[in-house]
Amino acid sequence: MTYRRIRWLKFTAPANFYALVQRLAPWLWAGAAVLAVAGLYTGFFVAPPDYQQGNSYRIMFIHVPTAWMGMFLYLLMAVYAVIYLVWRIKMADIMARSLAPTGALMTLLALWTGALWGAPTWGTFWVWDARLTSTLILLFLFLGYIALHAAVDDREKGGRAASLLALIGAVNVPIIYFSVEWWHTLHQGMSITLTQAPTMAPSMFTALLLMTGACWLYSAAVTLRRAQAEALERESDSQWVTEAVQREHALRQPAAPAVRAVEPRGAISKEGDS
Amino acid sequence: MKKRQKRLALVLGVVAGLSVATALVLNAFRDTMVFFVTPSEVMAMSDMPERKFRIGGLVEDGSVERDQESTNVMFRVTDTAKSVTVTYEGILPNLFREGQGVVAEGHIDSDGVFRADKVLARHDEEYMPAEAQEAIERAGHPTDIDKGY
Repeated sequence: MTYRRIRWLKFTAPANFYALVQRLAPWLWAGAAVLAVAGLYTGFFVAPPDYQQGNSYRIMFIHVPTAWMGMFLYLLMAVYAVIYLVWRIKMADIMARSLAPTGALMTLLALWTGALWGAPTWGTFWVWDARLTSTLILLFLFLGYIALHAAVDDREKGGRAASLLALIGAVNVPIIYFSVEWWHTLHQGMSITLTQAPTMAPSMFTALLLMTGACWLYSAAVTLRRAQAEALERESDSQWVTEAVQREHALRQPAAPAVRAVEPRGAISKEGDS
Repeated sequence: MKKRQKRLALVLGVVAGLSVATALVLNAFRDTMVFFVTPSEVMAMSDMPERKFRIGGLVEDGSVERDQESTNVMFRVTDTAKSVTVTYEGILPNLFREGQGVVAEGHIDSDGVFRADKVLARHDEEYMPAEAQEAIERAGHPTDIDKGY
């Protein structure tokens, strides 16, 4: 138990985090690609047309996973924001900041695909009902977080201010999720209540799950990569960055003469051993 | 160590305070948060609103009457307990049909007929029945609804 704890906390050190992502990212990308291909194939070629909507319902294979992802990424961002606010762990701020653009993208995709679906189904692209409005607010919260973080020159101050915004905005996520239950909305209620969803054909559900998995892996891959880049930038003065860059350089140009190695000054930890 | 606990307490305080404030605000604006009202709710209103509002429910089976000469259409919107007659002139959405969910925007005339300026289909499949059931449940408690109609 204690052992596990220590191993997890190890990755709050940017150097260890960098090394972990180096190993993890290719698998995440590959997994995302495989699931997306399988999901799109199932969604577009295996799943039957809907008895009422025909083919337009297939938009949900993008819409539902991205909408879920947007809400989930916001909650995750808020959790990292709290960790940063309370424990001042630098990696937590880096993670929160790296999640924001992907969260914004997912929310935008959900809104956009929702509008495309709404036009033929409801007869309108947009209405100001509780579900749609609160989702639009989610997008603005992501954008506001990004803007606030970037607006303050001092990274730590900017990080704290933005983290507070992330925390405050978290109250919106349950509102989005339960809006269709709390109020009459044009948007329909929850579809995935596993206990009683026999009207969705199994192949539709499979496609939805595959696309959800693809969204998860894509989000993980791109977020971790972004966090890696930011860790490199923030720690650019430190020894582990120099070593990491040299290692990458050597891997990419094996034939070229070795890059002038900067001799480590002082004792260097052995993080990132591969 | 102490400072960290203070910060944690502060964060928890912010979350708790904000949740309570949000709950109070949402509760206060409950009536304006809804996108539409059901026929039962309309019947329960003591006086009809002057401004436009939206009414939602199912298109009652066998209630749709189309005018042959124009795009005028008349139908009844029901929550299975109460229903309201709606008239509309214009193109209906593709998903509009009897037994389907519908949301109409407009106002109620003195004759009790709802004149819609806009009609939206509400996708239901498995959800609208749940909504209808909800309305039935609500209508099944007359003390809540039948205040004056």
